[in-house]
Amino acid sequence: MGVNNNVLGLIFASLHDSAVVELTKKRTMGSVMFGGRYRLIDFPLSNMVNSGITEVGVITKSNYGSLLDHLGTGREWDLARKKGGLNLLPPFSQSIGEGVYRGRLEALNNVWNFVEYSNCEYVVLADCDFVANVNFAEVIKQHIETNADITVVCGKYTYSEDSGSGVDVIEMDDTRRIRSVLIDPQLSGECNICLDMYVMRKDFLAKLVKDAASRNQPSLIRDCLQARVNEFNFMGYQFDGYFSRIDSVKSYYQANLALLKPENRNALFLPSAPIYTKTGDNGPVKYGLESKVKNSLIADGCVIEGTVENSILFRGVKVGRGSVVRNCVLMQGTAIANNCQLTSVITDKNVTTEDGRVLTGSESYPVYIGKNAKL
Amino acid sequence: MNAKKKVIAMLLAGGQGSRLYALTQNVAKPAVPYGGKYRIIDFALSNCTNSGIDTVGVLTQYQPLVLNEYIGNGQPWDLDRMYGGVHVLSPFETKEGADWFQGTANAIYQNMRFIERYDPEYVIILGGDHIYKMDYSKLVEFHEKNHSDGTIAVIDVPMEEASRFGIMTCDAENRVVRFTEKPKEPESTLASMGIYCFTWSKLKKYLIENENANTGSKDFGKDIIPAMLQNKERLFAYTFDGYWKDVGTLDSLWEANMDLLSPSVPLDLYDRSWKVYARHNNMPPQYIGENAKIENSMITEGSSISGEVDFSVIFSGVTIEEGAVVNYSILMPGTVVKSGAVVEYAIVGENCVVGSGAKIGISPENIENRDDWGIAVVGHNVTISANAVVRPKDIISENV
Repeated sequence: MGVNNNVLGLIFASLHDSAVVELTKKRTMGSVMFGGRYRLIDFPLSNMVNSGITEVGVITKSNYGSLLDHLGTGREWDLARKKGGLNLLPPFSQSIGEGVYRGRLEALNNVWNFVEYSNCEYVVLADCDFVANVNFAEVIKQHIETNADITVVCGKYTYSEDSGSGVDVIEMDDTRRIRSVLIDPQLSGECNICLDMYVMRKDFLAKLVKDAASRNQPSLIRDCLQARVNEFNFMGYQFDGYFSRIDSVKSYYQANLALLKPENRNALFLPSAPIYTKTGDNGPVKYGLESKVKNSLIADGCVIEGTVENSILFRGVKVGRGSVVRNCVLMQGTAIANNCQLTSVITDKNVTTEDGRVLTGSESYPVYIGKNAKL
Repeated sequence: MNAKKKVIAMLLAGGQGSRLYALTQNVAKPAVPYGGKYRIIDFALSNCTNSGIDTVGVLTQYQPLVLNEYIGNGQPWDLDRMYGGVHVLSPFETKEGADWFQGTANAIYQNMRFIERYDPEYVIILGGDHIYKMDYSKLVEFHEKNHSDGTIAVIDVPMEEASRFGIMTCDAENRVVRFTEKPKEPESTLASMGIYCFTWSKLKKYLIENENANTGSKDFGKDIIPAMLQNKERLFAYTFDGYWKDVGTLDSLWEANMDLLSPSVPLDLYDRSWKVYARHNNMPPQYIGENAKIENSMITEGSSISGEVDFSVIFSGVTIEEGAVVNYSILMPGTVVKSGAVVEYAIVGENCVVGSGAKIGISPENIENRDDWGIAVVGHNVTISANAVVRPKDIISENV
């Protein structure tokens, strides 16, 4: 792990809230629970820390109570530091700007004093809608070597019937120079998409932010990358590792279940670059006398007396005797009583059921049960 | 700065744990893994923090490296305090020379300056080799109510086991009238748990006297308590009625882990109001494979289970391959059990590899002479080669 003392990480925790309205009703995109024991912000944040970045600002918009609770002092990411460390940047944190923002550049304008004050030379920007294990040190290295103005992390993506909307397609030439940017195009087949992670020099970003404010052009992708592609040296960084994109409840569901494949898990949870998260101090998982569990990912603190198949169980989930849970994503604290049957269901935090409840969704249309619901 | 702490705890963690043999070759007993994601010392440290005691001295001596690193700044137990918190206290050199801790009382004597810094009214003395959840604030309350000089936590044991313990004989007011270490014919069933609450000014006097008397043992049970009794000091027995288990031997360590799988054992690791804290290592949730079969077991994060597991406690980062069988066993962190291996009635230490087709331990039902049966034990970092056999009662600490 190298030390990137001259790099500032900036994470946009709220930018994609509207993609998964159900899940972000009471939280930001960054605090959406994922993969049994994580929240989406753990991925960009751990990636930055594992890349040697020791100063990170987290830009939020609204609903950020759960995010504040999750991040705390940043200790779990080794970011509780005197120099740098973790900085939470809610809207209205500065006297300049308009508070709640429309796009990345406008958001940055609101918190510019913080960025300005940092001694960094480079900035890494990331959102919380992609789950991946990315080494930003490599991206920065390429950025410097290619003398780029902005380096955009890109990943291979195949259009299918399931594809949600809103992908940004990046077209590069042989030298990885970006030649065009297509916003939410109707395509088919394989292409390179923007993974919402960018590297640039701080002074270049400063110029963009000032320009955006004076011209009322708040969007980094539309107003800068797309509009000024011929003016500047925008480069793509080809990320070949595993990633998943959360743009709907369905893709959230699929991205969770994709972790049941060992190749995906092994690509995301690297022993050399762990994903850090807040600890829950739960006991180990307890499997009862009649438990039957197959092909599932189970976080600590669960107590399983029934049957669980092809599912993701977050911390402290209880599955009672005679209950059958199949193809489900059950978030923290869900308590399924006895003799229930759940198929293709997502339960949000602390959902409880009574005995004998039956809930059936389908793999293409999972049933979502909101936080604290009692069934 | 508030200079005074009403109560501080001193945790005796220097024990070698020689009866745990292969498991304590390079680690002190309190650092031995227990219960899937804990180490033995987590219970005493969590009890302190849950009881509102925020100043703890941990006295180490034997192989302290792992223990020191594990305790670190005390953050997992909320013991990283501005003033107080957890302090690891090792033997040190003075102008008069250097001494190892010679007995439990001597260890506290040598660290009197640490205690005095906090000017406490009461000092709680704890061991690092028991599994239990206990509210020490109730012990202190009891001590205060009785205007006690020393309060000994006791537990009611079956008469037939009483001669293994230090036994207290009390009057109707719980005042201790006699203390007998391992009596042949016990007159009571109240066994000392090795947990004491002392009024510091009193204890200090006795520690100094004991040190000057130079009895050789310098031990709480052998010297301090008898001396206080002889001088008619007010000693009381505080009866604890929860789960309490000594894990000083391989058999008791195995049993204490198996206890967690029994619905009748009152040690709840899932009680949110009294969590047992431990240092974590950032591993993903456990994965249970397509053909896995798991019943009545405890398994911890980072593990990947594709084989059969029954009545077992599996620690973090353990791999059990398809076709492997693990019954009535304890697998410590990072161990791999390869396909076709069978592990029964065994303790396997950290980061071991059990080769395919290897056989460790055996069920007591499948052995002709019951006297030949016992738990099989594999120490830390041991590789058991394919098709090798580790018999019951074997204690292995080298590759086979």
